[in-house]
Amino acid sequence: MLILTCPCCGVTAEETEFHQGGEAHLKRFGPGSSDDDFHTYLFAKENPKGVHFERWRHNNGCGKWFHAARDTMTLEVYGSYPAQTLEPPQDIRDAITAKRPGWRWREFA
Amino acid sequence: MKRYSVFAVAREALRDHMGWERAWASPEPKKRYDVIIIGAGGHGLATAYYLGKNFGITNVAVLEKGWLGGGNTGRNTTIIRSNYLQDPSAAIYEKSRSLYETLSQDINYNIMYSPRGVIMLAQTEHEVRGYKRTAQANALQGVTTEFITPQRVKEIVPIINLDGPRYPVLGGLWQARAGTARHDAVAWGYARACSAMGMDIIQKCEVTGIRRDGDKVTGVTTNRGDIDCDKLGIVVAGHSGHLADMAGFRLPIESVALQALVSEPIKPCMDCIVMANTVHGYMSQSDKGEMVIGGGTDGYNNYTQRGSFHHIEETVRALVETFPMVARLKMLRQWGGIVDVTGDRSPILSKTPVEGIFINAGWGTGGFKAIPGSGWGFAELMAKGHSPLCDEFGLDRFYQGRFIDESVAAGVAH
Repeated sequence: MLILTCPCCGVTAEETEFHQGGEAHLKRFGPGSSDDDFHTYLFAKENPKGVHFERWRHNNGCGKWFHAARDTMTLEVYGSYPAQTLEPPQDIRDAITAKRPGWRWREFA
Repeated sequence: MKRYSVFAVAREALRDHMGWERAWASPEPKKRYDVIIIGAGGHGLATAYYLGKNFGITNVAVLEKGWLGGGNTGRNTTIIRSNYLQDPSAAIYEKSRSLYETLSQDINYNIMYSPRGVIMLAQTEHEVRGYKRTAQANALQGVTTEFITPQRVKEIVPIINLDGPRYPVLGGLWQARAGTARHDAVAWGYARACSAMGMDIIQKCEVTGIRRDGDKVTGVTTNRGDIDCDKLGIVVAGHSGHLADMAGFRLPIESVALQALVSEPIKPCMDCIVMANTVHGYMSQSDKGEMVIGGGTDGYNNYTQRGSFHHIEETVRALVETFPMVARLKMLRQWGGIVDVTGDRSPILSKTPVEGIFINAGWGTGGFKAIPGSGWGFAELMAKGHSPLCDEFGLDRFYQGRFIDESVAAGVAH
């Protein structure tokens, strides 16, 4: 069972209080973009075996969205950070590197 | 291969059962094959079997990182049905169900197919309308189903509670020729038949890389050396994204854990399968007497083959309301498998951006029922480049926005 901390209200709770909302840090493509870009944005998933960055919502709490870094093999949560962040903060990257040296997720490492 | 028969049993009984041979060989990998299938689960082995049987392609290797049938083939709730809404789904699932009917004879291995019927309970007005629509669609597709009254549900399943306080049973979609089979036997039977045709089934052989020459596949790298091939089939369920990453493309698939549990064995009390999609629980009774209970998927990607604990509580809570007697049962064991879920809850049987690589994936929470049909169609796709059963399930459907949307009709539980 996952234990997550909401960076918006500071509450730490188990997974039934939250809802996962798909991959984080998506680059969005809308009207006017190429079919390839739009298709990739909508459907191509990282679905990694290991380090993953996701959007979560504190459903049964403050209701706010945030980002979390998590491991899909060990279910370890490396940390959570505000949804307004464009890339994972350095302290979370360091925490991941300590556990999984050489990790890579899209352009982040 | 020595045939299994009543005479073989009698013969072996007279000599202390010393004459049984191994069901399949365990050879060392060769340097090159015409076709390599990654994944010796039901779908991979069925693909290999129909490549040999229908197309005469027998220079085939099936590579398996663990043991044969040790993934989702051995982790499901063994339900076989074909009461889907969309035409392409009904076609492949009904093909599969009909192949299951004679599979024991076809591969000379008793898979214990039991056409005991499935009821999908309608517990809201929306479900009543939805299942009536599915019954009409099935009539047009040639799949025999009917919408039945609550009284008929009670006749078929005496242990059910029709008037639960929150979700009373308002009817049900009944497919009499749906059923169950022995899941391990499906993998073992196909493996034995493949081995008899001269194919190599290589266990404990993990693919660590996919080699290509430009846009064409040339072979795979494994922990037992490099193996060359002309065509490569990726049939690895939950790890599809992982293998696609090796081949250099991404898939519209997310992997999550789906879990199931069984109770202690009890005397026969329910001779069909009941699925309650609104409250999200489904149950059947195995030949051993255990109540086999399907649970929910996790709400987030993972590869843990375990499943979140709270889903057990939710599933059991739903079942206790529908079947009050379940409250008195002890649960024996619980397990999980990694399922590969697509956005429209329909599978992907397709060519890929790499020439020579084919992918059979995305069966999500309901792959077991599809094993023979999936193998039949995917073998045709790999041998001929297209297949009437598979053509609608291509990767290009996402690009074109041409979904085969089963997420409303069937995606909750399989």
